[in-house]
Amino acid sequence: MDLLEYQGKQFFAQYDIPVSQGEAATTVEDAVAAADRIGYPVVVKAQVHVGGRGKAGGVKLASDTAEAREHAEFILGLDIKGHIVKTIWIESASDIAEEYYASFTLDRAAKKHLGMLSAEGGIEIEAVAEENPDAIAKIWIDPVDGLTEEAARAWVEAAKLNPVANDGAVDILLKLYRAYTEGDADLCEINPLILKPTGEVHALDAKVTLDANAQYRHEGWEAYEATQVRDEREQAAHDKGLQYVGLDGTVGVIANGAGLAMSTVDIVNQVGGSPANFLDIGGGANAEVMAGALEVINNDPNVKSIFINIFGGITKGDEVANGIVTALGRVQIDAPIVIRIDGTNAEQGRAILAEHASEKLQSKSTMIEAAKAAVELAK
Amino acid sequence: MAIFVDENTKVVYQGLTGSQGRFYGLRNRDYGTQVVAGVNPKKAGTDVDGIPVYATVAEAKEATGATVSCVFIPAPGVQSAVLEAAAAGMELVVVITEGVPAQDEAYFYNKVKRDFPGTRILGPNCPGIISPGKANIGITAGEIAKAGGPVGIVSRSGTLTYQALYELKLQNIGVTTCVGIGGDPVPGTSFIDCLEAFEADPETKAVMLIGEIGGSAEEEAAEFIKHKMTKPVSAYIAGVTAPAGKKMGHAGAIVSGGKGTAAAKMEALADAGVKVGNNPTEAGELMVEIVKALAL
Repeated sequence: MDLLEYQGKQFFAQYDIPVSQGEAATTVEDAVAAADRIGYPVVVKAQVHVGGRGKAGGVKLASDTAEAREHAEFILGLDIKGHIVKTIWIESASDIAEEYYASFTLDRAAKKHLGMLSAEGGIEIEAVAEENPDAIAKIWIDPVDGLTEEAARAWVEAAKLNPVANDGAVDILLKLYRAYTEGDADLCEINPLILKPTGEVHALDAKVTLDANAQYRHEGWEAYEATQVRDEREQAAHDKGLQYVGLDGTVGVIANGAGLAMSTVDIVNQVGGSPANFLDIGGGANAEVMAGALEVINNDPNVKSIFINIFGGITKGDEVANGIVTALGRVQIDAPIVIRIDGTNAEQGRAILAEHASEKLQSKSTMIEAAKAAVELAK
Repeated sequence: MAIFVDENTKVVYQGLTGSQGRFYGLRNRDYGTQVVAGVNPKKAGTDVDGIPVYATVAEAKEATGATVSCVFIPAPGVQSAVLEAAAAGMELVVVITEGVPAQDEAYFYNKVKRDFPGTRILGPNCPGIISPGKANIGITAGEIAKAGGPVGIVSRSGTLTYQALYELKLQNIGVTTCVGIGGDPVPGTSFIDCLEAFEADPETKAVMLIGEIGGSAEEEAAEFIKHKMTKPVSAYIAGVTAPAGKKMGHAGAIVSGGKGTAAAKMEALADAGVKVGNNPTEAGELMVEIVKALAL
């Protein structure tokens, strides 16, 4: 779950990481009132789940009410890489002496946490990694040991920041590590982490991705949930507890198992079609779940045909077929459906589907045949 | 011969008294697996269809001589269940549960590696492990697999694995062991761990690897295959057309920062001499060809 910058800052503040005072606003009037309250100069910043805000004109300095108004008007509603700005963050402007980069994330290959710290902040870290890898000081942390002050100090020294920043950096990194681990984040990034002329070290930005699997143990996350950008289809699927990713094609996809669902999306592409979505119904190919899945797909205006790809393991093919037939009895589905059932009792399953066969419902015995049929129907 | 588990393996089920644990535990027993005990501190002294339930893994082990544990505990309890099993001296802990927080996985993976090096974790978020004809631990439908080898399978995906087992069975090709390493970001057992074991297993003559987007496990496996494997390998990678930045079902199936794409994995594997299929059917056909060429 990606957080907006201001949410990331709220998250950091819980762990005493110094962030700027600010307020979120969704209207120009609120933005101006906030700016007046905070006191100039302020920075007006677009809040979207995507980078490159600065380049798009989504981050602007305002030195008075008129400028605050001008910037708020420009930034609210701005389209940044397909994301429309609904919320802006008005923040007290900071004097910046130097800009650094700091982050924690999981290094899957090492199976340890990876901390990265660089004196080259404020720019694309991937570019730094490419052109000047030595500029990034890395530390691998065993979750069992955690990050000790000693280790943090050695790491900060290796990054060769302005020595004035060292104590402040160590302090923030220890707190950031706590936020990342105790806060159940997949990623915590501060870019830029700034050194102010006063010698203070401060988080000027916050990029945080939280682990959805940990939601059960964090009550406060409901607030972050509310601002997750999902299109209608994804929201509906989310509300039904379905694993769904919206794409932009015309063939709706339903499969049991994430690997099979990914595979089905791939195969539709391979045979020249375009999938409308990824949808994994998991182990529950029963009527209830199938009806829910079909409803979500049916509400997608782009869908012209539906490909249901099921491998019957413990859930047998005939049970799956009955589930589909029952579901179709409950939900009015506009698009024609092609089904492939394989595995246990697949023959019986296909026989049941054959009894209900029509232009709107057909079954095929292989994935490729079924994909081709679905793609054809979507034309 | 099979790897990791066979007909002599005794298994305790943590969560046997819950609905999932009971359903699959009894199924595994029907298959022929030695399901010797359940563990539930609140139901010690009871039984599940004749299978005794103990309060702790240690007690279950003491009473039965079990060496493997299968975890059907809900996500919030998994870390504690895994550490308990490791501390009790289990050699293999098969974690079926999906939804375990990544921070927990990273923690207990490293804790076990350090303090209980004799314990292997499989999963989390995996279908388990089946050595057809010998033992089935987890949620795979045993009927879809043919016993006797010569193919070994290692996979991150559940249903794609079942598809592979089934297609091989239809072609009359048996499987020695099929290991589901699961779809999470910190799997306890890697592709390499299984490839190494298959390479050393006299009954396994060829290996099928099923991967997906996210992480670098397939690339690391490719390196291993290139330098350390003599047996032929076929592979299939799901998620060729998955969009970047989105988790595709599995917590570990995500392309981030341009890394972890299916294309890169397929290239790395092909470069290591692996026969890579473009879809599951093709991958199955490639393995059939490999087996025929082995002329067994």
